[in-house]
Amino acid sequence: MTVSGDPYARAVAITGLGMITSLGRGVAENWRRLTAGESGIRRIGRFPTEGLRTQIAGCVAFMDVEPVTIPALSRAMAEAVADEAVAASGIAADGGIDGDLFVAAPPIEHDWDSRFDLLDAVDPGAGPYARGEGGGPGTGISLPWHHEFLNGSLADRLAERHGCTGSPITLTTACASGASAIQLGVESVRRGERPAALCVGTDGSINSESLIRFALLSALSTKNDPPEQAAKPFSRNRDGFVMAEGAAALVLEHPDRAKARGATILGYILGCGEAADTFHRTRSNPDGGAIIRSMAGAIADAGLEPADIGYINAHGTGTPENDKMECLGISEVFGAGRDRLAVSSNKSMIGHTLTAAGAVEAVATVQALREGVLPPTINYREPDPNIELDVVPNEARAQPVEFALSNSFGFGGQNVSLVLAAAG
Amino acid sequence: MTDREVCITGYGLLSPLGETPAAWWAALNDPAARHARVDEVATPPFPIHTIGDYDLETQVPRPGDRRAMGPMMQFGAYAAGLALDMAGLKGEADLLQRTHMIVASGGGERDLELDRQILEGAPGPDERDAWITAQMADGLRPTLFLAQLPNLFAGNISIVYKVSGSSRTFMGEEAAGADALRIAHRRLTAGQGDIFLVGAAFASERPEIQISYNAGGFLLRGGFADLWSRPDAGICFGAAGAFLVLESRASAETRGAAVRAVLRGVESDRTDRRAGDPAQTARRQLERMVAGPAGAETAVLSGASGAGAATGITAAERTFLEGVAAGAPVRGLAQAVGHAVEAAFLQNVILATVCTERGEVFAPLSPEAAVEAAGAGPIVRALVTGWGHVRGEAMALVEATG
Repeated sequence: MTVSGDPYARAVAITGLGMITSLGRGVAENWRRLTAGESGIRRIGRFPTEGLRTQIAGCVAFMDVEPVTIPALSRAMAEAVADEAVAASGIAADGGIDGDLFVAAPPIEHDWDSRFDLLDAVDPGAGPYARGEGGGPGTGISLPWHHEFLNGSLADRLAERHGCTGSPITLTTACASGASAIQLGVESVRRGERPAALCVGTDGSINSESLIRFALLSALSTKNDPPEQAAKPFSRNRDGFVMAEGAAALVLEHPDRAKARGATILGYILGCGEAADTFHRTRSNPDGGAIIRSMAGAIADAGLEPADIGYINAHGTGTPENDKMECLGISEVFGAGRDRLAVSSNKSMIGHTLTAAGAVEAVATVQALREGVLPPTINYREPDPNIELDVVPNEARAQPVEFALSNSFGFGGQNVSLVLAAAG
Repeated sequence: MTDREVCITGYGLLSPLGETPAAWWAALNDPAARHARVDEVATPPFPIHTIGDYDLETQVPRPGDRRAMGPMMQFGAYAAGLALDMAGLKGEADLLQRTHMIVASGGGERDLELDRQILEGAPGPDERDAWITAQMADGLRPTLFLAQLPNLFAGNISIVYKVSGSSRTFMGEEAAGADALRIAHRRLTAGQGDIFLVGAAFASERPEIQISYNAGGFLLRGGFADLWSRPDAGICFGAAGAFLVLESRASAETRGAAVRAVLRGVESDRTDRRAGDPAQTARRQLERMVAGPAGAETAVLSGASGAGAATGITAAERTFLEGVAAGAPVRGLAQAVGHAVEAAFLQNVILATVCTERGEVFAPLSPEAAVEAAGAGPIVRALVTGWGHVRGEAMALVEATG
């Protein structure tokens, strides 16, 4: 959908932000440390990593969750960032969200401790899965246990907490999930059905199984020592991404409604683009087609030209493949204009927050626009001669930008790009 | 009729009823044929509805694509192919690049054999973590792991059929299927896209899911029983792959696609069931879609899961349906196809489409139940309900083309 003319004509206002990463809790703390070029990547202490090639991650270790399970940590972070964003927006005093909830969350599976609990609680002699009679009413494995492992439970509780209307939507588009949640919110507010939407991305899924899964795809960096230097987007010696945890939330509103209630508008989402790759389950088409359509679509949806974009918050995972393809896509979309673009990767510092990444990085992009400071790509010591981008190397840079693009590309095909603007 | 009217131009359903509209209709009218697909042996003590033999290769010719999917994804990929065939989209590169996909998926499909080995062989709790890590590092295979990613369900469909407008995956049990349809409907109505492929799938033989639902006290055990007279533990899972092609009236007419039915409305809400009344939510939804009671020309296809059939949510829905149906024929489809969780609502919308195309409804599925008293007869529209086993109340209205 291309709309030319006033880029703010269909803009959706951002009135609240919340963020958690391995760097800390809250937008302010994260922004301070991102612009200081700090890394949240550490050696994993949550489970034994002996014998594994990758032993580092960006774990969120400061939430009050015990024991750490994927659903419990993902939910705790989602609630914390949603609380922060809703509080910042001041919307609760003005009638609540009164709109849809979109939550990007990792798919929930029983973790191993739960499986063993089940086995022990039921009939140790029967053998796993041999009889499906595990637990049931009156046993320790009953209804609350069932709820804990339903994919819809997290969003259900969050919707109740913040008074969201309609059926809350839980979604996954792999590493584009957080951006998809925002896109769904933008579409909802633009349709005018509801004045606001709450968009959340959360991912607390670092356990041995998930680490091994990604390691099997040869997707992870194995440069364990020192952990802080493992994530090297756009560098010649990049060797994979670093798994990480985090969450972010955005309160989206129709600008008229935000202004009418006197809310502070923190920034705008001007456009969204998306495209699915049909080439391979884990690799993009070598022609970069879907990435190009995603970026170009977002810019067109915003009513802008590529030359209007000043900064790209890159997907920038640090895998050899992604960074090459992203650079190719940027070159195709921006042509010679590529040379005046700044392109940086938050993942160099906070790792790849997976399901949450699109939301986490959108929040960082809003901060960059608000503050006129571009967060750096750290660990940039060996430039890749095939990636001729200004990656804002190693140190943050004071540089006011009016329009920025945030990219999120997923395993399994979906690519999403968002165009964001400063509040003006 | 408007340009933005939401038209159903294709559907594909692989279910215990078969894979063609004629087969579905025959099975819906033949209790013995339906019962033949109830399997009480596969996952005792829980009966399930299963899908019979089908030839995946006709839709997914590449062995590598088939290997990358477990049964759930295969059901869905097959149904998606049927839907694209009917809509005339298969191989239409330009149209497929503008086709937006929204699917509902549960968790991905695990390597249960590996799980079994780990659960059976694990040492005591102290050494367990390191031992499991070592087992998985040796045992997991990349292709199987990819089947564990729910978004790869849509990803596989993109790869097999080249659907590349977009790919979004909703999760969250029954509501995810209804929300996929709701979002597609809203976006089409608002001009946020012209063609959508919406679908879901569910495999009924999933021990790890059955364990979880049984833990909640939801699964029917022992022998098969009629839907409306089950105990509260009344869900009998059913396998399904269900996909619809939705299109704006303008898009369908421009490319000369046959309109099978009009999707008049989709509502999907969340009621706090501890404090609120799902029937009240459903009444509001009904008012938004049709003025007044359903009436005799409306088929009411209920997605009641069987959960709480005696005193809980299915019983509440039965009371609601008896109140609003006003002579309309009501059919509880779980009796015929089981409960397909994420795929249930979409399967029922497809069967509603078939009813409106034929202008009639099939015979009662549970003839003993008072709620299904109204017999077969002519209809012009079909209302579909979908109340989740623990959350989510959804409704859709399908109308015959004028």
